[in-house]
Formats: sequence, structure tokens, C-alpha cells
Amino acid sequence: MHESKKNLAFIDGSRLITEALVRAGADTFVGYPITPANLLYLYASKRFPTMLAAPDEITTLQWMSGFAVAGHVPVTATSYPGYALMVESIGMAAMMELPMVIVLVQRLGPATGTATCGAQGDLNVVYGTMSGGYSIPTFSISNYHDCWELSAKAVHTAIELRTPVVLLTSKEMVMTLQSFDWSNLPEIQPKKVKHYKGEGTYLPYKADETLVPDFLPVSQNKHQVRITASTHDTKGILQNVLPEAIENTKRLEQKLRKHIDEYTTYELDEQQGSETLIITYDISSQASREAVVHLREKGKKVSLLVAKTLLPIPQIYVDIANRYTRVVVVEENLTGQLRHLLFGAAGRKGVSGVNGIAKMISPTEIVEEVMRYE
Amino acid sequence: MSNTRFLTDAQLPFCKGCGHALVAQNTEKALQKLNVNPLDVVLVTDIGCHGIVDKSFLTHTVHGLHGRSSALAAGITAGLNNPGKKVIVFTGDGGATIGMQHLIGGAHLGFDMTVVVHNNMLYGMTGGQPSEFTPCGFKTPTLPEGSTKPGYDICELMVAAGASYVERVIGIGDYSDSLAKAFTAPGFSLVEVMEICPSYGVKSNPGMKLSKLVEDAGWNVKVYADGKGNSFKTPINSEPKSLISDKFEVKPKYSSSIERPVSIMLSGSAGEGVQSAAEFLAKAAIVSGLNSTKKGSYPVTVGVGFSASEVIVSPKQILYTGSPVPDVLIITSTDGLGYARAAAGRMKGGVIYIDETLDAPETGARIVKVPFRERVGAKNSAMYAVFYAVHYEKFYPIEALKDVFLSNKIAEKVNIESLLQF
Repeated sequence: MHESKKNLAFIDGSRLITEALVRAGADTFVGYPITPANLLYLYASKRFPTMLAAPDEITTLQWMSGFAVAGHVPVTATSYPGYALMVESIGMAAMMELPMVIVLVQRLGPATGTATCGAQGDLNVVYGTMSGGYSIPTFSISNYHDCWELSAKAVHTAIELRTPVVLLTSKEMVMTLQSFDWSNLPEIQPKKVKHYKGEGTYLPYKADETLVPDFLPVSQNKHQVRITASTHDTKGILQNVLPEAIENTKRLEQKLRKHIDEYTTYELDEQQGSETLIITYDISSQASREAVVHLREKGKKVSLLVAKTLLPIPQIYVDIANRYTRVVVVEENLTGQLRHLLFGAAGRKGVSGVNGIAKMISPTEIVEEVMRYE
Repeated sequence: MSNTRFLTDAQLPFCKGCGHALVAQNTEKALQKLNVNPLDVVLVTDIGCHGIVDKSFLTHTVHGLHGRSSALAAGITAGLNNPGKKVIVFTGDGGATIGMQHLIGGAHLGFDMTVVVHNNMLYGMTGGQPSEFTPCGFKTPTLPEGSTKPGYDICELMVAAGASYVERVIGIGDYSDSLAKAFTAPGFSLVEVMEICPSYGVKSNPGMKLSKLVEDAGWNVKVYADGKGNSFKTPINSEPKSLISDKFEVKPKYSSSIERPVSIMLSGSAGEGVQSAAEFLAKAAIVSGLNSTKKGSYPVTVGVGFSASEVIVSPKQILYTGSPVPDVLIITSTDGLGYARAAAGRMKGGVIYIDETLDAPETGARIVKVPFRERVGAKNSAMYAVFYAVHYEKFYPIEALKDVFLSNKIAEKVNIESLLQF
């Protein structure tokens, strides 16, 4: 009997994600239906203070941007085909420095692929969303606790850094039902966007040492607000390649780098004497955790790194990997997208991947790869 | 009429003779007539020559993507949710072409905003390419023989979509009254300002008069809709209920004697209650003090083809929720057999409960044939099969499954006794 468990429920991850997003400070959901993100849409319609049904995904991101300009913190949930339509607008929102969260529920591609089959195929898409090599902070959910904590982290990061944030997950995390004890979920504190409090002229894109400018919504009529997606100066006026404007554009990446330690989160389970590290993220995390249990039962020493902040890639992941002679990167795609981001096209001696599509990678496959050289 | 300035004193950034300058000046005059505060106005500009006017306005200004200004403005006005604010979109005929969906959608929903289409019938910023608004016979640098198709009649389109106020004006002289009417109309309004581009339109069509061109195109200069529409109200749920509450809690009441995880695959047809039956199977495990997961598989189309579900029940915490080789496989239909055949082939032991009308798949598992469909009908066959498997496999007490079943509305329609035929 589960006598120690106080709040045992049989739920899907979408429920936890939606609740956590709202508690963290998101107040508006704009949705366009797409499998397998539809449970998030359904729950959002019951839980968000404002929920709007958009006629397509481009409109979705534009409405969200408009809501953010008016002082709200919007969220949407989609899958690759919808995300692809949103790409230009996500870049716009990043350039305008608007807080929002895009929950990207991965499914089997390419193209429309199989809507009802999970995948981990979209990391490279998110990595390449912005022209010029700019990042969108991206978190990846590894279990139900992450559904709660990373969803809140996604909203808080979007608000603190004034940026779109991607919350990456997969069909099996948001649709599978699991018994879950939510009694020990931490409280989530709501955050609000920091507003300009000065009396003088408001410069919408003038940042202090935090590199994050204070915000003012267009709902107030004390200060003029100028917001633009084109290269602009601190006043928010379109400029060509004036040094001030280019410095402002560079700041978009610098602010993310400056604060990366504040939003870098990962799980590191190191076993002393281990020379093998398993790196994983998202839906392959639970299989990797189980594989580690099996391997240790067999007497094989192994460590595990579950990456939760995926973009920008935290340097610490590479530093940890460099402590191991063998690294096995587990992800449900064909070519190893995280592996390439961490180790490049040249790879690194001792690095291999467990990859596949159309089904979740099993603990057995991971155990076999780790034991391949034994 | 106030003398509040909405424009800076700087020269407007347009070519000599361009009608865009007049749009800006007429907008200022209209807003002065309405005596509004410049900072209660949000000007949203599109991409195109008109889009560089932001710096000349003393209102709030937002400059977005090509064609998306109307959708961006819709989000702003919905986010403001305040009819006292004036949200104005400046777009060109190019922006209206690529963003037509947003114009139709905005008019349809009645967002409180005014779109001013600067229609000079070509793309001016990129060298004079034709747009969908280019009228028959109108020439551009990239279409020297002239367009062979009529251009969009945006005013007719907006009326059809449900816009509140719609008017077409010739973009010469003072048309601030028209703009003022649009700005004060409830809901979505659109004013199409006809212009001719001095750089490309005039040169490609020498001697052509704007009013004659508009007349020849069959476009009427008139009010199409007079501002009696409704405005969109942003829905606000002021007391949304938490998604995690006591009602989702499942209290363990029984106990199970299983000592290791058991994976059960239920495979049947859509519309025959497979997902519900699997959910009951998993939930009853929690009632019996076990952990459980339930992962569904089905084609995209709801109600057609196979429907399968993988359930794991375990005395320990479940990490990986997949079960490539089930311990127990339950097959209730031909569709279900088709989907489960591969899993059956992977089974080297365990048991397969299969409807007696179906041929047994190749497998290393023990086969048990049961007349699921005959005894309870197709619709309840999956639920019955789950009861049957729980009875014989003893994952947990069948009372747990009965409790879960009886606490659900389905118990009002299905007699539980029919499910207890063992």
C-alpha cells in the first residue's frame, strides 16, 4: 500500500504543465489544435485566465506577441508543423523582446509524419529558429516533476529575460497517464515583467548591466513605447547598421549568455570510478534512468547526465562529458541532434549514440550500447 | 478639434508625391478631431514603404513582419481589452495580400481596430512587382505588359467577412473624416486609400489618372459598411479552477501480491472502449497499491481503425513507460490483431487472450480464446476482456476494478454482471 503517499493521482503530463505555467505567471493561452498537443489546449481552455482559439499558427504567434506588447505573458502549445509556421514570428518576438512560452510537443516527422507517434526530432529546428545564430532558451522535460518545475522555469525565464522560451516535450510525456504522487511538488511563485519606474524619457531598448531592458506595456499612457522587429536603436526606432543598433542586436544573445547559470538546470548522477557517461534528455530520460539501474545491478559503473536546459548549450555539459572516456548520447531521432550540438560534426573519440525513430528507445538498447565494448 | 500633435515636426520619410504622407497627415487630423491622447493610440505598421513612418508618430508604435500587422494588432487590442484605446494598422496592398487571412479573421471576429490599406497597387519597396491588388491593365516594372487579372476588391471582401466599417477613398486631399469614422466605429474597420506610387506606378503608366484607374477597375469610392458591427470582447475567466485537486486523488484500498512489473497490452478497434478499459485497468492498480502507466496508440483519425493501449502495473516506481514485449496481450478485434501481431511475435512466454473468432498470431505465448464480442457485444468487448484478464491473471483483486468501474458513469449504461462471466 502507498501509505506514505498523500496525493496519488492518475494523470497525464499536460495537466501538470498547464497548471504550472499559470501558477508561474502566464495569463493568456493562444491555441491552434494539433496532435499531440491537444490536451494542453483542452486544459488551457479551463485553466488560463484568457484563452483564445487562433485560426492558424502564424496568427497564434502574432496574437501572442500582441498580448505581450499589451503586458501579458502568453503561452501556446504546438507540434513541428505548427512550430515551422511560427518560426518567423518567434524571431520577431525575440527581436521585440517579448516574454512568451511555446510548448513544443514532438511527434514523428518529417513533414506531417505520424501525428500520434512521439519523437525527439525538433532540437535542431529550435536551434536554428533564429537567423544569425541567436538562441531561444529551451528547456526539456524528463519526467513529471519537470512538467511542473521546468514549466514554471520556462515562464520565469521568459519574464526575467524578456524572451520567447521553448518548452520541449514529446507525445508520450503529455498524453501517457501515470500514477503520480504530487504531494511533494514545490510551491510556484508567480513572476511579473519588470516595469520601468523612471520619470524621464523611456527608452524601450536601453538596458542596464543586466542587459535586460525594463518593459512598459502600451496599455499605459505616461510614456511613449516603441517596439520593432527591425534593427533598432535604444529608442526602438528602425535603423540600418548604425553601431548603436548593432550593439542592441548583439545584446539579444549577450543577455542570454550573461544569465545562463540562472536558467541552466540538469540532473547529474555520477558514480565514482565510472568511465562511461550517458547523456540524454526529454522522453529518453526515463529509459536512461532505468538503464542505469540495470547496469549498476550488473556491476557496470555508469554515470548519467539528464540535460534539462538544452539551449543555449551550457558549457558545463561539455565539461562534464570531457571527464569520461566513453559517452553515450541517447535520443529518439536518427542522427543524434544533441550529440552533434555537443561534439560537432567531427565527433569525439569514445562518443556514440543510441538513436531510433517511431518508438521510444528502450532501456535494453541503452544497456547494450554501454556494454558493447565490455 | 484639438491641436495635439500626433506627428513630429520632421519631414515625413516618403518620396515626393507619395500618397503615404497624406495618410499620415490625415490620420493625425482625424485623431485631432476625436480629441484623443496620442498615448492612447497604438500604431502598428507592416513592412513596406509606409512602415518607416513609425519614427514620425508620437503615439505608441509597433513595427512587425510583412503581412502580419493586422494579426499583431489584433493581439494588442485583445490584450488591451479597452475600447478607449485606438489601435490603428498601416499596411500596404502587399501586406494585405500576404496577410489576407488576418484581415478576414480580424473582420470576422470584430477586433477593435482600424486597418488603413495604402493601396498603390504594387510592391514599392522591392522594385515595383505586382500584388494581388494590381488591377487589370496596370503596368509595373516587372509586368510591363500590364496585369491581365482584376485586383482584389478588399472592401467587398471585408464586408463579406463581417467588418463593421469599410470605406474606399481616393488618397488625395483631406479624407480625415473618413478615417475618424473608422477610428470611432465599434469593432473592425478598414479604409482602403487608393494611391499611385510616384516611383514605379507613375513611370510605368504615364498619364494615368488615379480616379480614372479606380473607376476602370470597377472599384467604387464609397462607404461599404457604416459602423454598426460588434466589437470583440476578450474572454476573461476570473476564477479558473486548479487542474490538480482532491477529486483526482486515487486512494489505495486493496493490495496486490505481484512482485515485479507486469506489462499488459490491450489491442482492439476504435470506438470499442479500448482506451477507457485500459484506463480502468491502470487505475484499479493504483487502488490496489500499485504504480501504473497507460500509453495509448491509435491512428490519427478518431473512430476508425485500431486502438491499442499499453498498461504497466508495478509494485515499484515505473520509469520507462514503454513495453515492447508485453507479459499479457489482450486482442479483441481484427484491427487489434493487425496492430498487435508484431508484439505477439516478440513474446517468448506470457499469455494472449484473444477473441475466439480471430486466428491466433504466431507467438511463443500461451493462447486463450474467449468469446469476448459474442458475450457482451463489440462495444463492451475491451472492458469485458480487461475484467476477464484481471480475474485470471490476478494482478490485483478484481474488487478494485469493480470499484473503478462502478464509480464511473459507464456503470449506468453497462451492467457489471455482464462483465463478470468467467
